[in-house]
Amino acid sequence: MLKHDVLIIGGGLAGLRAAIEAAKNNVDVAIVSKIHPVRSHSGAAQGGINAALANNENSKDDTPEKHAYDTTKGSDFLADQDAVELMTSLAPETIFETDHWGCPYSRTANGKIAQRPFGGAGYPRTCYAADKTGLYLLHTLWEQTVKHHIKVYEEWMVVDLIVQDKVCYGVMAIELRTNQLQPIAAKAVIFATGGAGRVYGRTSNALTSTGFGMALPYIAGVPLKDMEFIQFHPTAIIGKHILMTEGCRGEGGYLVNNKGERFMKNYVSEKIMELAPRDIVARSIQTEINEGRGIGGQQFVHLDIRHLGEQKIMERLPGIRDICMDFLGVDPIKEPIPILPAQHYTMGGVAANKNCETEVEGFYAAGECACVSVHGANRLGGNSLLETIVFGKIAGKYAGEYVKGIDLNTEHSSYKNFTNKMNGFMNRLYESTGNEDPYRIKKDLNDCLDENVGIFRTEEKMKKAVETVKQLKERYRKIRKVKKTSSFNQDVVWILELEGNLLAAETIAAGALARKESRGSHSRTDYAKRNDAEWMKHTLAYYTKEGPRLEYSPVAVTKFQPEERKY
Amino acid sequence: MTTFNVFRYDPAIDKCPKMETFDVKNERGMTVLEGLFYILENLDPTLCFRSSCRAAICGSCAMHINGQYRLACRTQIEHLKSDTVTVRPIAHSEIIKDLVVDMTNFFANLEKIKPYIINEGPFPEREFLQSEGERKGLDHLIDCILCGCCYGACPSAGTDEDYLGPHALMKTLRFINDPRDKGGKERLAFVSSENGVFRCHTVFNCQEVCPKDLDPSSAIARLKMKAVWNTLKNLVS
Ligand SMILES: Cc1cc2nc3c(=O)[nH]c(=O)nc-3n(C[C@H](O)[C@H](O)[C@H](O)COP(=O)(O)OP(=O)(O)OC[C@H]3O[C@@H](n4cnc5c(N)ncnc54)[C@H](O)[C@@H]3O)c2cc1C
Ligand code: SF4
Ligand code: SF4
Ligand code: FES
Repeated sequence: MLKHDVLIIGGGLAGLRAAIEAAKNNVDVAIVSKIHPVRSHSGAAQGGINAALANNENSKDDTPEKHAYDTTKGSDFLADQDAVELMTSLAPETIFETDHWGCPYSRTANGKIAQRPFGGAGYPRTCYAADKTGLYLLHTLWEQTVKHHIKVYEEWMVVDLIVQDKVCYGVMAIELRTNQLQPIAAKAVIFATGGAGRVYGRTSNALTSTGFGMALPYIAGVPLKDMEFIQFHPTAIIGKHILMTEGCRGEGGYLVNNKGERFMKNYVSEKIMELAPRDIVARSIQTEINEGRGIGGQQFVHLDIRHLGEQKIMERLPGIRDICMDFLGVDPIKEPIPILPAQHYTMGGVAANKNCETEVEGFYAAGECACVSVHGANRLGGNSLLETIVFGKIAGKYAGEYVKGIDLNTEHSSYKNFTNKMNGFMNRLYESTGNEDPYRIKKDLNDCLDENVGIFRTEEKMKKAVETVKQLKERYRKIRKVKKTSSFNQDVVWILELEGNLLAAETIAAGALARKESRGSHSRTDYAKRNDAEWMKHTLAYYTKEGPRLEYSPVAVTKFQPEERKY
Repeated sequence: MTTFNVFRYDPAIDKCPKMETFDVKNERGMTVLEGLFYILENLDPTLCFRSSCRAAICGSCAMHINGQYRLACRTQIEHLKSDTVTVRPIAHSEIIKDLVVDMTNFFANLEKIKPYIINEGPFPEREFLQSEGERKGLDHLIDCILCGCCYGACPSAGTDEDYLGPHALMKTLRFINDPRDKGGKERLAFVSSENGVFRCHTVFNCQEVCPKDLDPSSAIARLKMKAVWNTLKNLVS
């Protein structure tokens, strides 16, 4: 049987960073990833990563504490402040480390890491490498895993988490090349499987961000936390919904409606304008569109960066220009960019504490798939890349230490039990007599979430979403037969991912329906105000066959008392 | 409707590869990748291809499309100006199934050049200071998404699987140009060896096909100059 001390699922930034750290303990570390690590979704990140480095003339007074305050306020006071403080205080050293490893950050005139303004931040705090920060960081961390000879199971898909009596024993995985299913035994497992954006149809996320990595621990008994908080990014291009980084506005870009008006002045103070936090900008754009002020009365407004001039655009936003040219045929040096809000980030995820530990022993989670709760009800741009490397590192450290006291018994009954369970599932797929089309189910799910659990939410729509997801789960049980092939069975992969989609969706819809207030990204027209007395608490969704059972847990407040969130 | 001519091959059952035809309902702005998904979801769920970002940044979907190496997600069907779209896997790599090829050799070659900063410290307490000029020396060289288009198009890679290839050689220059890297000499010596820069015949195929508009061939030419210069210097001293 394959076995390792620490097994990390996911080759994105969180997974790679965890592997590098765990390996420092002289233990046997391996990564499993359904795609080659450099293909991970982290590579699509554009704008940058936050740390109070105080590298600019006008950011000399910036400190980790101010970063923590901005993050907490941005989260609409739902983030756990102890975790936030940990993250912002470790931010500088964690970023310097990536500089020492060769990440090609852009530079200030005096040679330091360059920083740009981002929404909701008191200072220019977002360290950037042109507009490809994610790509460069991802390659840099992957390079370190090559240096340290860390084993990677490339194109192996994890299909179940082996948990018995609240202890984790490893995972079940399919080697895509051979279609072989087998257990991989491990003393500790870290999930770093990314977000669940593809639950929605209109999303900036990669096709591989399906939420399957959240669904597996959920089924295994680990609750998913705060899943109702879904970030809608204000600026995705029309049609393909590919992201235009917040850096466009950080560098000075405007948002303009059909009257040529910079409409953000009607929603926030003139000092903040386009650089309000994402939830607020997304709602403002959606309001403009709903009230008929989209361009030509249509479902989009303009992001205008023409006034930045060719030189600045080519230097700081070259990737943005490429995307516009490739996917819209629009040159942003000469024309404004048609944009609309799109699903972008899952604030919620696998419930984990600030050591990335979960309710299951030996099971850790980090990165977008986790919710240690540093983003609360709304994430600030640039904080997610930071979360991946800070908490990736922390997960690696704790898992690496934990395994030293553990014996691995590959004869344990769980391996046989889970192998049988998974084989049973696969055989049902191969021999199914059902007639449901999985891709139709996927489409219906996407439409349902787009329509009913979007930027503005109502009781009626969310009820409908909960009902529809239930029906779709029923249909999933009657999926048509799958053809056996000898390798790379994509049909099987997408059908498994669809189960992840469905389970993530049920927690999003149920959490949203239950939360009778508006906070951060969760904006209800029927309960328009934040309600700290009743709702300043985390949602925990536990898996049951009938649907999620909701519990709640308190928010950690240290320095910052909740206040009205005004910009 | 657009006709897709797709390369099909399953080494476990097929004696030889074949081209298969599908009618794809083409909507405005549809990419070749979306066309392939249309086939997978509506016509033949056994079709195999790689994808992830659908935004030309992850490097998964390199293919040979209507006579050229391209990223399927970045290629709009309309722009091909043809009623048929012909899709084949990239060359010089073993076919696993249909459009999915084995990229082990591509990555193994990259790993040979020690694709990481060689510097065991001590490191400054904060970041390294780097002038704008020093940082500019990395421009473009860092933008490679490791898609393999260049490798598939490179005649030298086709005749010799040990040839490091345009991607790995360009990466070498990226590290040599980085003041944080201490491996310059070692790197130059390595790429001057028999499977390195002198196997490149500067035919520019790689530069022509790179979907990120990068130019591995001139990076290799610069490496060659450095290598020659280094040898001369060693002779003199
Ligand atoms: C377009 C875009 C731009 C962004 N820009 C920024 C930005 O500028 N700043 C910022 O802070 N944040 C940004 N974000 C958010 C940020 O990029 C992500 O939250 C972050 O990269 C997630 O990293 P991760 O390591 O958690 O997961 P990912 O990078 O998504 O990696 C997930 C990994 O898990 C693997 N995996 C998943 N499921 C399985 C399975 N079942 N079996 C095996 N392997 C599996 C995948 O192969 C992959 O390697 C952006 C997001 C998007 C969509
Ligand atoms: S220039 Fe060199 S590396 Fe590029 S295709 Fe030609 S032989 Fe290959
Ligand atoms: S150099 Fe260009 S073609 Fe070659 S792997 Fe990199 S991005 Fe692809
Ligand atoms: S799918 Fe990522 S480059 Fe095409």
